[in-house]
Amino acid sequence: MAALTEEQALLQEQARAWARDEAPVARFREMRDSGNPLGFDKATWGSIAEMGWAGTMVPETFGGAEMGALTFGVLLEELGRQLTASPLLASGLVAASALELGGTDAQKEQWLPQIAEGAAIVTLAVDEGPRHAPTQLATRAEAKGSGFRITGDKSHVLEGMAADVFLVAAATDDGTGLFLVPADAPGLTRTRLATTDSRGYANIAFAGVEVAADAQLTGGPGADVLEATLDRARAGLAAEMLGTASQAFDMTLDYLKNRVQFGQVIGSFQALGHRAAALYTEMEMTRSCVEAALQAIDAGADDVPRLCSLAKAKAGDFLHHMSNELIQIHGGIGMTDEFDAGLYLKRARALEATFGNQAFHRDRYATLSGF
Amino acid sequence: MAETPDALEAFRAKARTWIAEHFPPSLTGRAAAVMAGETLDAAETEALAWGRRLGEQGWATPTWPAEYGGGGLSQLEAQVLNQELDAAGAFNPLIRTTGMGITMVGPTILEYGTEAQKKRHIPRICRGEVFWSLGYSEPNAGSDLASLATRAEDAGDHWVVNGQKTWTSGADVSDWCGVLVRTDPDAPKRDGISFLMIDMDQPGIETRPIRLIGGASPFCETFFNDARAEKDEMLGELNAGWTVGKRLLQHERASQTGATSGMGGGPRRSLGEVAKRYVGTDDAGRLADADLRGRLADHLMEAKAHGLTLARIAAEARGNAKVSAAASILKNAASRVAQQRAELTLEIMGHQGLGWEGEGFEREELVAVRTWLSGKAMSIYGGSFEIQNNIIAKNILGLPENTQRG
Repeated sequence: MAALTEEQALLQEQARAWARDEAPVARFREMRDSGNPLGFDKATWGSIAEMGWAGTMVPETFGGAEMGALTFGVLLEELGRQLTASPLLASGLVAASALELGGTDAQKEQWLPQIAEGAAIVTLAVDEGPRHAPTQLATRAEAKGSGFRITGDKSHVLEGMAADVFLVAAATDDGTGLFLVPADAPGLTRTRLATTDSRGYANIAFAGVEVAADAQLTGGPGADVLEATLDRARAGLAAEMLGTASQAFDMTLDYLKNRVQFGQVIGSFQALGHRAAALYTEMEMTRSCVEAALQAIDAGADDVPRLCSLAKAKAGDFLHHMSNELIQIHGGIGMTDEFDAGLYLKRARALEATFGNQAFHRDRYATLSGF
Repeated sequence: MAETPDALEAFRAKARTWIAEHFPPSLTGRAAAVMAGETLDAAETEALAWGRRLGEQGWATPTWPAEYGGGGLSQLEAQVLNQELDAAGAFNPLIRTTGMGITMVGPTILEYGTEAQKKRHIPRICRGEVFWSLGYSEPNAGSDLASLATRAEDAGDHWVVNGQKTWTSGADVSDWCGVLVRTDPDAPKRDGISFLMIDMDQPGIETRPIRLIGGASPFCETFFNDARAEKDEMLGELNAGWTVGKRLLQHERASQTGATSGMGGGPRRSLGEVAKRYVGTDDAGRLADADLRGRLADHLMEAKAHGLTLARIAAEARGNAKVSAAASILKNAASRVAQQRAELTLEIMGHQGLGWEGEGFEREELVAVRTWLSGKAMSIYGGSFEIQNNIIAKNILGLPENTQRG
C-alpha cells in the first residue's frame, strides 16, 4: 500500500515473503484436501500468532502491538494474496475490535491478551439468515435472574468450528446487546458448514443458553459498538479482498505475457489488453478506497461508516470482476481444479457475501448520503 | 524556497493576505462560470483584471522559473497557494485565457525550448498576454496521429506550411499555434515529424469554427496555405517532433485527470438532493425510484473512488509533481465519472432535462443538457478512452505493442 510508514512497509515485505514461502495457496489446497473441519491449518495459525499479528489492533496494555487498522490491512492484504486461511480476521480484528470498543475492564483484561497471543479464538456471531441484516435480529437475550438467557440461531459464523468464545449479537429489551458466550456453554450446539471456499463456518444454535450479567459488553446497549465493529470488519475484509484480487490480476497478467496463440503472446491482442487496462484501473481505484477507510478508522474520522461501505463495495465489485476474468482469460486451464484460479473464484464470492455484499453497501451508502 | 513547515506557514499567510487584497469579492461564486467562459458581463472585465494581477505576481504559473516570469515556487508552496485560492473562492482565469498556454505549451517549451524561445514565449504566457492553440489532429489523422500529412518545406530563411488541421481548440481566437508538421516525407511516419510554433496573425492561415452537437463551437478547422513559420520557432530538433508532441500530450492528460485546484472546482450541488427534488422520496426518505437510487449510489461511489485516487497519487508523489503514467487511468476515470454524472442528471430531470433553450426550462436544466452533450468529447480528446487503454496496457502493464500502435 502507498504512503506507508517505514515500519509498515517493512512489515508488508515480511508478510508477503512469509505468506509466499510458508503459507502459499498450495498449503491452503492441502488443508482443503485433508478435509480439515476447522478450515485452517493449526501450524499456520500458530506461526501467525507467534509473529504477534493477532495483536496488531490490541492496545499495548493488553499485550498487543497497537499498530492500527492500516497496519492490519497491510497484513490481511498480503495473506489474501495467497488465500492463507486463519482466524486472524475473525479473532484479531473483529472480536478484538468489539472488546476494545465495548468491553468492560474485566472483559478486556480476560480476553484481549489471549486474543493477541492467539491462545483464544473469539468470533462474532451476528448473521441469522442468507443475507447480512445486523439491525434485524431474531435472537433474543431475556433477562433471567441477574443474567441473561439467549435463544436463537446464528448462521455462517466465521471460524465457528474453532472458536473458543462467541460474541453474540442479540435483541434485548434495551436494544441490541453483545454477549460473550463460551463455546462449551450448555445449550449451545454448532454445526459445521462445508462451503465452496473450504473455510471454517458453522451454524450456532442457542437453546436457552444462560450467561451472567458480566458477559454483556458495555454493561448495556451495544448497537453502536456492533456497528463500529462491523465497519472495521468490512474495511479489513476489503483489504483482504484487494490482496486476493491483486494476486488474481498478477496471475492473469503473467498469463497474458506468456501464453502464445496465433504465433504471438495473447497479451498483444487489443481485446485482451484493454480488459487488462480496465482491471488495472479498477484495482487502483479500489486501493484508494481501502486505504482511505483504514486510515479513517485510525484517525477516528467522522466518515468511517461511508468509507467502509465504499471500500467493501468497491473491493467486492473488483474481486467479482477480476475472479471471473481470471477464469475466462486463462481459458480451459482455468476450469481445472489442479490450477488455482477456481480457489480464488470460490473464495471471492464468500468474501463478497461476508458482512454485507455490494448491494447491501450501495444501499447503506445511499442512506448515509441522505437519499 | 520555503520547505520547512514554518516557512510554508509563513508563505501561506503571505498568499492569503495577497489574495485578500487583490481578489475582487464580487467574483466569489463565479469561478465555474468564468472558467467556462460564460460570463459576458462586468464579471468578465473584473475576472480579466484579476487575472492580470495574478499573472504579474507570477502566480498564474506558480512553479515556473521566476527568470521567465513564473512564480518560482516549490511544488509544496504551489499546493499551499492553490489551497488558499480555493479557500477564498478564487481561481486562475489565465488557465482559460491562455488557451493551451499554461497547461501544455508552456511546460513543453520550458523542457525543450532554446533560451531565446523561452525568453520570447514564456513571459507572455505567465502574464496571460497570449492565447495558444494546438494543431495536432487532421481529417485523416485522429487516433493515428503519426500519420499526419500537413507538411513544412524549407524555404531558406523560413518554413512554408501547407495542409489542414482539425479539432484545433480556440484556433479562431488564438495568437500562436503549436503545429505538428511533416518535414521528412520519406522517413518512417514517426521519424519525419517536427513541432513548429506558428504566429496565427498572417494571411496564409484560415480558421473555420466547427459547430458541435451541444451548439457551441470550441474547435476549428484550420487551413495552412503557404503559411510562414520562422526558422527559430521549431521546438526541439528537426524531425524530433513526435517526441516533443507526445510529451506535450502527457501534460494534456495530466490536465484532464479531474484535479480541480485553481480551476474553480469547489463543491457542486449534491446529485442526491437534485434527485430528491425531481423524483421524490418514500416514507423512509429513500429516493422513490429504487433502480435510479442504486445506480446513483454506484455513480457517487465511483466519483468518490476517483477523488480518493487523485489524492492518493498526489500523496505518493509527495509534492514531486512529475507527469505520471497514472494520468491515463485518472483521465479515463475522470471522463467516465463526468459522463455518468451528466447522463444521470438528465435522467433525473426527465422531460425537463431535454430542453434546448427558451421558456419552460430552468437555467440549471438547460445547462445540464449542454453539459451532457459537450461532455461526450471528454473520452475522445487528449487521446481517446481506447488510446489511454493502449497506453496503460503498454507503458504500465508492459504488454507487447499490438498492431494498432498507441
